[in-house]
Amino acid sequence: MAAESAVAPKRAPQKPGAIAQLRHAFTGLRREETIAGYLFLLPNLVGFIVFMLFPILFAFYIMLTDWSLAKAPEFVGLKNFETMVNDRLFWKSLGNSFYYTFVAVPTGIFIAFWLALALNRKMRGIIFFRTVYFLPQITLTVAAATIWRWIYQPEIGMINHILEIFGIDGPKWIHDTKWAMPSVIIMSNWQGIGFAMLILLAGLQGIPEEYYEAASIDGASGWQRMRYVTLPMLSPAIFFVVVTSLIGAFQSFDQFYVLTEGGPAHATTPLTLYIFQNAFSFFKMGYGAALAAVLFVIILIITIIQWQLARRWVFGFEEDE
Amino acid sequence: MATASARKGSLFGQKQTKILTDLVLYVVLSVVGIIFILPFAWMVANSFKDIRGIYTYPPTFIPEVWQPENYVEAWTMTYFDLGFLNSAIVAAAVVLGQLFTASLAGYAFARLRFPGRDKIFLLYISLMMLPFIVLMIPLYVQMRAFGWVSTLQAVIIPFLFTPWGTFMMRQFMVTIPRELEDAARIDGCGFFRTYWLIILPLTKPALATLAIFTFVNTWNMFLWPLIILGKPKVKTLPLILASLQNQSGMRTPWHLIMAAATFVVIPVLMAFVLGQKYYVRGIVTSGIKGGG
Repeated sequence: MAAESAVAPKRAPQKPGAIAQLRHAFTGLRREETIAGYLFLLPNLVGFIVFMLFPILFAFYIMLTDWSLAKAPEFVGLKNFETMVNDRLFWKSLGNSFYYTFVAVPTGIFIAFWLALALNRKMRGIIFFRTVYFLPQITLTVAAATIWRWIYQPEIGMINHILEIFGIDGPKWIHDTKWAMPSVIIMSNWQGIGFAMLILLAGLQGIPEEYYEAASIDGASGWQRMRYVTLPMLSPAIFFVVVTSLIGAFQSFDQFYVLTEGGPAHATTPLTLYIFQNAFSFFKMGYGAALAAVLFVIILIITIIQWQLARRWVFGFEEDE
Repeated sequence: MATASARKGSLFGQKQTKILTDLVLYVVLSVVGIIFILPFAWMVANSFKDIRGIYTYPPTFIPEVWQPENYVEAWTMTYFDLGFLNSAIVAAAVVLGQLFTASLAGYAFARLRFPGRDKIFLLYISLMMLPFIVLMIPLYVQMRAFGWVSTLQAVIIPFLFTPWGTFMMRQFMVTIPRELEDAARIDGCGFFRTYWLIILPLTKPALATLAIFTFVNTWNMFLWPLIILGKPKVKTLPLILASLQNQSGMRTPWHLIMAAATFVVIPVLMAFVLGQKYYVRGIVTSGIKGGG
């Protein structure tokens, strides 16, 4: 749908000026334009074909082989996918990916929603707060994870020290199999919330003031205004944030690699890290590519489900099609 | 919204209610703000401590012994200065390259008429959705075949092309009035001169958005450099930072790591503060956040 609407304006006649019309009458000039068009695309086109299209096609072959890079690839058909069925670590990492995604994304969007609501007011200093909430988003994940790794240290870390002030005996965080994943989720949300907040804030600012006034005149309470004006009007922005966040969460890698290194006892090894380890630590290129294909299909299916569900709750979704 | 709730609760005057809600909001926003800032403050504070200060319990926020030399030590250890140079080269090359290829293609998509244009454009847009994780293994094999493993061009050349940036350029250029170009064309400007002299100067806001996005994303890029840059001399800053805490030794030198982290974070924070307007607009209009 996004693609359709992006192309649509071009199809509409762009009211060519008299000169342009004249120009296009001459076929020689038109041929010149065609050549120029392809020349302008050339740098991009070559890049895409060599560094995107070709690797994707190549990936289909790699996933059907047993290949350690040291010797020539051996074609094994679907054996890599059969191996997965009995690979305990594959299921574990798949479960971790789902655990991380389906806890981090809803909690993050929930908090971002309330922050956006709070920021959607005409008050002095709102821009300052917006900037502050957005800073972690700009910070590279490696640096953020490095800071948090230390904040989470059970003995010398900041969090347990603060908890101690309130008389709470803090857990071992990233060193505890139960707490490691929540630790990663807290850090990721701290870092990533600015993005969802910004999109939702833009969505809120796009809701016409009159809608609220009309609702008030009809005697709508604060909750009713939220339920019948804010949420429906914001639903396209929420939908967008949900879809992109889910896709992004399944692809998360940096924080797992730096903050927990996938441990303890694989408690925080998501599929991405498992793919990385297979390909670049154990040099199982074929198996790694097969795992990557599985991850891609999962992302695809979840995105399609989102689009299907959107008809039921996203405002104006049907009309766009 | 605020006026509406004030009208309902007529116990207070409208003005008092607004001041009260504002006050509560400020407190809440500030508390949340402190949570967001605290890790950064903790990083900077500890980058000035000595090793004993790091391992003192209970920890103090303000260093007891100030040791600004940490920054000198962080800068000189393990190829850090070289890493800074590598990161700067990669970021500059990728930013300039993307500005060029994306604006060229964007112009073709927005203005020039040639067969197959819309089909190619759709292909571009569909490529935006491709996860890097699917590309990384075949791309690595390809880089090996090219002999590019552990070279900077391996993190530059495959990233000189951007479907998202092309898309954004095209969307922006479509809105530029045609009359200006037509005038230039009558004066005998070729397509490239029209693009260079007329279109590019008018596209500055979109170029700024793309530049700052690409800079932040490239500077922060981790997974791909981790795979492809094995030799110490070509490593970029995130790689060096990540490797610091895995060094074997008695005590992790957190004070030096925090000084190093501050070094790495500062350029992106500066880029963001300087170009916040463009960055925020890029996110709001296209909703693309950094990946990689």
